[in-house]
Amino acid sequence: MNTPPAIHVTNTTVHYGHVLALDNIDLHVETGTTCALLGTNGSGKSTLFKTILGLTRPDHGHIRILGHTHNKARRSGLLTYLPQSEQVDWTFPLRVRDVIMMGRYGHMGPRRRPRPTDHQAVDQALEQTGLTQLAHRQIGALSGGQRKRAFLARALTQNADILLLDEPFAGVDKNSESTIIDLLLHMRALGHTLLISTHDLTQVPTLCDQALLLQRRVIAHGTPEQVLRPQTLMQAFENPTPQKGPTWTP
Amino acid sequence: MDTLTTLTDFFTQPLQFAFVQRALLVAVVAGLVCAVLSCWMTLMGWSLMGDAVSHAVLPGVVLSFVLGAPFAAGALAFGAGSVALIGTVNRTSRVKEDAVIGVVFTAMFALGLVLISRVPTQTDLSHILFGNVLGVSDTDIAQILTLATLVLALIWYKHRDLTLYAFDPTHAHALGLHPRRLETLLLGLLAVTVVVALQAVGIILVVAMVITPGATAYLLTDRFEHMLAISAAIATSAAALGVLTSFHLNISTGGTIVLAQAGAFALAYLLSPRHGLLARRRRRTRPAHT
Repeated sequence: MNTPPAIHVTNTTVHYGHVLALDNIDLHVETGTTCALLGTNGSGKSTLFKTILGLTRPDHGHIRILGHTHNKARRSGLLTYLPQSEQVDWTFPLRVRDVIMMGRYGHMGPRRRPRPTDHQAVDQALEQTGLTQLAHRQIGALSGGQRKRAFLARALTQNADILLLDEPFAGVDKNSESTIIDLLLHMRALGHTLLISTHDLTQVPTLCDQALLLQRRVIAHGTPEQVLRPQTLMQAFENPTPQKGPTWTP
Repeated sequence: MDTLTTLTDFFTQPLQFAFVQRALLVAVVAGLVCAVLSCWMTLMGWSLMGDAVSHAVLPGVVLSFVLGAPFAAGALAFGAGSVALIGTVNRTSRVKEDAVIGVVFTAMFALGLVLISRVPTQTDLSHILFGNVLGVSDTDIAQILTLATLVLALIWYKHRDLTLYAFDPTHAHALGLHPRRLETLLLGLLAVTVVVALQAVGIILVVAMVITPGATAYLLTDRFEHMLAISAAIATSAAALGVLTSFHLNISTGGTIVLAQAGAFALAYLLSPRHGLLARRRRRTRPAHT
């Protein structure tokens, strides 16, 4: 097979000031597969996302997205990112529909004027995420699970090859959770590549082809069965980051 | 009948004077441009930045008089220069951004005061500080209209990107947009807008023009397009009302315009159907059944 891996991170180290955030990370995600990113709070999951997106510059290391640099990959619309809820200003005067439309901006001209195809893509994403009835609500007037679904809908309309999903199950009710899982499985079946950070280990075996256990460095990398062994998981707890303790229960 | 004539007189009487017509034009145009930009300023939390840029133009205005250059040239140079200086010091020191802003803009303003004390200018310091909308010249009007058109055209072209940047810069980055460039554009627009509003209300009160209308509209709607329209309507009405009232009562024009805007804000703060204080109180005492 000649196609380059969807996400290829080699030898990547990141410091925030004097704090070591990522230590010599290697990650290799084949096109069309799903990889879980596991670890405690402060283990470097979000930093790894930011580094792949080019928001954080590594001290050294090599990152390629389908063989391209992050600049080329972003401009070609290969990447999309689902942020954690805490990073969003929920009082912003935008409706659910407006937010989802922003996922289409890469497909539009310089003024980002929506065309009929863009409206169709938004309608379809609203339907897939079960938000059609709520399309005209202000974005902050949604529940936690609905908010996640709205941002997932924004990612769907972009139709990027690679989806980076930061905690898509955090603060989500059972109903939203099953909608999100179905959609992610659907995306995988369509050939998209997914990198998902999560505290929720129960979803990992059904959803993911491989898992990476992170504690600033790679503790384990393999099939979900290999990584989810209790003795492997224990290692992530033995050296927790000093600031925050582990907040997940295996 | 009597009240109707009085009301008509309120509008027609001042408009017989050419200087009032010009003042009205300048105030309404400045109000409109400031109002549009104020929607992004409010959502970005940039009121201190607005204050900073407006104060920092003072030395530029003074130097323009000395060199005989258009006042907008010097004001823009110093407005943009201080934004760049704030950004540089912020990136290359451990001092927090609001402190950097505070240091830079007061230093610029102080420089302006010192220059004014040594330089003979025809223009009064108080006109620069508090505005002189009843005395604008034709050249001033030409400069103001040119810059206003420039700002509105750029916003018309880039408003969706600017809103995406304000809402979710990370997503803007992931889509291949350039958050840093959009930030620079917004800061540049702020610098030009401040210059547009300078003569209407003066350096001290410009910040009100680029914050209050947007903050008021934010209390009244949950849709960004509506926020732009409401903000523009409030600011242009306040500008017209301010010019006419100040003429009749012989009071500060800039002060009256800003007070009218503040009055609108106070009403929205209390009475907004969804986000007003009274509506919030009512919801708390009577929990909604949904």
